[in-house]
Amino acid sequence: MLLAVFSDIHGNRQAFEACLKMARAKGAERFILLGDFVGYGADPEWVVDTAMELVARGAIAVRGNHDQAVNSSAETMNAEAQVAIEWTRGRLDRAQRRFLAELPMLMEDDGRLFVHSEASSPQRWHYVRSTADAAKSLIATPAHITFCGHIHRPALYSMSVTAKMTSFVPKTDVSVQLLRGRQWLAVLGSVGQPRDGDPSASFVLFDTVSCQITYCRAPYDVATAAGRIRDNGLPHWLADRLSQGR
Amino acid sequence: MPKSLVKAGAEIDGFTIGECVHAGGMATLWTVTHPGIDMPLLMKIPRVSEGEDPAAIVSFEMEMMILPRVAGPHVPACFGTGDFAHQAYVVIERIPGATLYKRLPDLPLPYDEARQLVAKIATALADLHRQNVIHHDIKPSSIMFRGSGEAVLIDYGLSHHNHLPDLLQEEFRLPYGTAPYMAPERLLGVRDDPRSDLFSLGVLLYFFTTGERPFGEGETLRAMRRRLWRDPYPPRALRAGYPPWLQEVVLRCLEIEPVWRYPTASQLAFDLTHPDQVKLTARAERLKRDSLGVAWRRRFNQGVMQPRAKSDVAAQIASSPILAIALDTVEGAPELNEALRVTTERILATLPSARLACLNVLKLNRIAIDRTLDEQGSNKHIDRLVALRHWAAPLKLDESRLSVHVLEAVDPAAAILEFAEVNHVDHVIIGARQGSFRRTLLGSVSAKVASEASCTVTIVRPPRMAGDVAEADDGEAAG
Repeated sequence: MLLAVFSDIHGNRQAFEACLKMARAKGAERFILLGDFVGYGADPEWVVDTAMELVARGAIAVRGNHDQAVNSSAETMNAEAQVAIEWTRGRLDRAQRRFLAELPMLMEDDGRLFVHSEASSPQRWHYVRSTADAAKSLIATPAHITFCGHIHRPALYSMSVTAKMTSFVPKTDVSVQLLRGRQWLAVLGSVGQPRDGDPSASFVLFDTVSCQITYCRAPYDVATAAGRIRDNGLPHWLADRLSQGR
Repeated sequence: MPKSLVKAGAEIDGFTIGECVHAGGMATLWTVTHPGIDMPLLMKIPRVSEGEDPAAIVSFEMEMMILPRVAGPHVPACFGTGDFAHQAYVVIERIPGATLYKRLPDLPLPYDEARQLVAKIATALADLHRQNVIHHDIKPSSIMFRGSGEAVLIDYGLSHHNHLPDLLQEEFRLPYGTAPYMAPERLLGVRDDPRSDLFSLGVLLYFFTTGERPFGEGETLRAMRRRLWRDPYPPRALRAGYPPWLQEVVLRCLEIEPVWRYPTASQLAFDLTHPDQVKLTARAERLKRDSLGVAWRRRFNQGVMQPRAKSDVAAQIASSPILAIALDTVEGAPELNEALRVTTERILATLPSARLACLNVLKLNRIAIDRTLDEQGSNKHIDRLVALRHWAAPLKLDESRLSVHVLEAVDPAAAILEFAEVNHVDHVIIGARQGSFRRTLLGSVSAKVASEASCTVTIVRPPRMAGDVAEADDGEAAG
């Protein structure tokens, strides 16, 4: 089965639509959503509604720190993220907020672990910035493959049976076989706010039979997404950074 | 780890196991058959039992990732892989014959035989590098030849694929590979430079033409590290009569700094195919190694070497293409030849490692017997070589980046196309003859080259003058 995995959509309707369209065109049969549906972008309602629909039809979804912040003021965030979250809170209705509140921290499916930040202590929202961070996450789970997001920059780590690590920046559209002899940590880029210098939306396809992962990029209408952020009075930097991909 | 399921007669994923044909330190090789695959096949099984070297597993994983991704005549075709969850294996085409290792008793080989052999290996390497793979274990036992003559590179256990995770990156404290052939930068942990393969091929060429390994057989790290500062004896010091052009090629491959080697395997293959065009430098003349002073300076200045930029195989190949410019030095209009030079200059300006082959076709008559001398009695072939060099002089290209060729042929377009094919030319630049009577009569050379070449072709026309419009428009896409 071909899985399409999305992370860090952040209320960016144009980016999410482009990714869904591309994933469906490539034959994706099941959708996985790694959290951070809201925050930063100007279309949280549409994004959450779409996620709810996908989940009703069998998609897997887990919770991100922005999703949690919508329902709890205890989450600390930087000033711009905080402004965006408060704005988002006012936009979502009760059902949408409840959907976000009830999302699980992690989900496991046939040897694959899905989590927003990393597996060693998911509720602490640590970033996977280095091989050492990746090793910590991989040691914490027996799963063959862990999929996570949070850092908005694609990376692929592996750990051999002798605990030797490898790190790699995946090349767009080149599939990599995730060999069964080792554990893998697939860190996804962001759908709605890429920060790796490429403004196009980032997601992943995973073939469960051949065990091949492919990092994909979907170009989308950045100008409209940025314009909606400005029109709604959100901090301008949140709009500007979309065209720079950082 | 499950117990090995492999024995004669067993079946794995539709492959029926035959006999064991090789049991090596890292893996065993079995003949296999599969309904629907009409080709001799080999199944390679890693040794993974208790106490085996963990390197065997990692190398095997690397092969499982790389073999299905590479294609073409210079690699064994891959028909399936199985991973460690069940039974690890790869099934590849069985290349008949022996590896180049079998030739070791015959060393040193005649120069010309070694030249042709290594040119074929360089061509195979160029093809592999183009597929983003660095072999990292070029040595006689990794090289075979097809019946049709092409070199085939086998064993990808130490290879690096620029688009795949490098499983060996942190695996070993010491560099892993075959000591006598290992490039110096590998000792510093560099695994992403395709020129490491050119160094190994240089070791092979040195060994095959002198009978001696340039850095001995030392396997210790200390012995291997010497090559970071100590250059080998020039081949001419070992064999009087060693051709200077060959020493030039060998020593350029064996340069300590990768930037001083050939930029690409294609350019090395080009020199080996045109030995008379190899630009001789001080390397060709050397009879002694560098003085101890020079070597010691290298040894103790290693820390101050500039940090290496991360290498990208594809980018490096793309910046070092082989360009061919086809010129009509006899009948070509001066303004066209000038326009060709301007275009060539612009292309070369962005490609500091490109090399340029200037071509001229000496047209042969279909029926009449050709004379090598012109009406004035001077040699046409040599005249044209001189004219080509004269045309190229303003480009101020280093001699090692320039070559000139006069092709003799009845059909000029076919000759240019063949040259481009044989020499793996990346880009042909050719002029369009404007509204000429000859073109109407004979058909267009540039149009044929443009439509039939397998590489990029740029067609150049001289700048259009006011008043020329009607005539120039008359000429279709290519002249």
